[in-house]
Amino acid sequence: MSLRSSRPAKAALAGLCALAAGLSLWAGAAAFSREGWAQSLVADLSSHLIAITTGFTGTEVVLFGAVDGLEPPAGGGGGGPGAVAVVVQGPESETTVRRKERVAGIWINTESMTFARVPTFYTVATSMPLDGVVPPSVLQRHEIGLDHLRLVPEGEDTAERVAEFRAALIRNKQRADLYGTETGQVAFLGQRLFRTTIYFPANVPTGLYTVSVFLIRDGDVVSAQTTPLSVSKIGFSASLSDFARRQSFLYAVVGLMLAVASGWIAGIVFRKG
Amino acid sequence: MQVYLPIAEISVNAILLLGLGGVVGFLSGLFGVGGGFLMTPLLIFIGVPPAVAVGTQANQLVGASVSGVLGHWRRRNVDVRLGTVMMIGGAFGTALGVWVFGVLQQVGQIDLAISIMYVLFLGVISSLMLWESVRALLRGRNPAAVRSKLHHHTWLHGLPFKMRFPRSRLYISALLPAGIGFVGGMLVAIMGIGGGFLLVPAMIYLLGMPTALVAGTSLFQIIFTTGIAAFMQATFNQTVDVMLALLLLVGGVVGAQFGSRAGTRLRGEQARALLALMVLAVAVKLLVDLVLRPEDLYSITLPPST
Repeated sequence: MSLRSSRPAKAALAGLCALAAGLSLWAGAAAFSREGWAQSLVADLSSHLIAITTGFTGTEVVLFGAVDGLEPPAGGGGGGPGAVAVVVQGPESETTVRRKERVAGIWINTESMTFARVPTFYTVATSMPLDGVVPPSVLQRHEIGLDHLRLVPEGEDTAERVAEFRAALIRNKQRADLYGTETGQVAFLGQRLFRTTIYFPANVPTGLYTVSVFLIRDGDVVSAQTTPLSVSKIGFSASLSDFARRQSFLYAVVGLMLAVASGWIAGIVFRKG
Repeated sequence: MQVYLPIAEISVNAILLLGLGGVVGFLSGLFGVGGGFLMTPLLIFIGVPPAVAVGTQANQLVGASVSGVLGHWRRRNVDVRLGTVMMIGGAFGTALGVWVFGVLQQVGQIDLAISIMYVLFLGVISSLMLWESVRALLRGRNPAAVRSKLHHHTWLHGLPFKMRFPRSRLYISALLPAGIGFVGGMLVAIMGIGGGFLLVPAMIYLLGMPTALVAGTSLFQIIFTTGIAAFMQATFNQTVDVMLALLLLVGGVVGAQFGSRAGTRLRGEQARALLALMVLAVAVKLLVDLVLRPEDLYSITLPPST
């Protein structure tokens, strides 16, 4: 365990304790008045803000939660509390995929396909393998798993071509560490409590993220909760990029002055040295 | 020590950047060129988006050229009049280059354009330079070799708008230096290089300038073309990362001072031959990348973040 990951772990532990205490109270109450399925799942993050500071090198966020555990053991693999899936999606953006072809001996981008609303970041963690247990239509509806992610190209095209470009899009995103290469693990602590660690790399795009938690029983989603997570630049790097965007003219002038000044100073220092 | 670059939006090792700046600065001091042709591909290689690499490099080159020109200025090795004419051409070239850059980026061919321009310019110039310097080296061993005529009269001397450049003792058409500046300006904007390796031979062979004035004068005008490019890239494309530029500058100016000291021990032809080999290696590497089948035929581009 590195220093970096121990802090969220501690926070998570504290959260879990608080949650466990609350849960026992809540479970007692729930035993008397069975409420709708919306109450059968609670989850929260160790932090709702990822601050990108000058020293940012990526970070981990711990998601912890509890399921009611009052349902009788159901299908979906071994009974117990059911399965939990956690889906993290970054802000959406238009993304163009290009394919190279050999033209006159060199490789040139020739064909392209633009996908309208592509999450800039996407990872999934589950408490058990869901493929084959949960019908694809359910996974598709909730976009659980890369195979079920909704990626719609602009304009019409053959299914074959769309599949090809879609796979390429995912592959490129994975290479950039922005899409998970494998399904993460949601660990159950006993029958009710669960936790998972979500890793965000250093190149994580800024914006508003959604962390969706699904409780799956009998091959269907019985409860879901969505928690927002904000990734934003904080402090010096935030002011600098704000400055560059909002007052680009002034920023350009300051940038030039810095360059001239440092060149000038170097010239003078080394003349005497 | 990791540092987050706010415009490039990546986290990089500060020591690595200082080191890169230092090594490239050393080489540029050694050979008297800006070193942009090495730095821009290196930045792209470590993950800086190409547009940010080019924009930042322009800003960085302003500082490097200022520091470089100071020494030449003290020795009065700058032809301000000729440099100014080049600069006017350079301003137009830069403006056109920034516009072309935007268009190429939109149609998804900017990487290809950068690669092809690198291969063409670097390949041709370095081959010529290598050929010339090897011949000079051979001639040095063989003093009986024939000297070529000092002054050729070509169609270049028949162009209109003749101007006197007393410092360089030239009477030539203003279109010539302006045209050279124009090409240099385009290179700054599209390739993120100062263009010294192209300007220097052009000024020697096309203009016939005294060699002593060439380095200082080309640096003098590179300050302005890179300055205009950096200004436009920062204002219109928001692709100048000041943090990255400063880190590179610190390494670069220190390296350049050591490089120029080491350079005094090299003979002119030797330095040119070494530089030519280095540039040729970069060109060959880029050519190989263009010709070899890429690992993944597909690539993705995001719209510029606004």
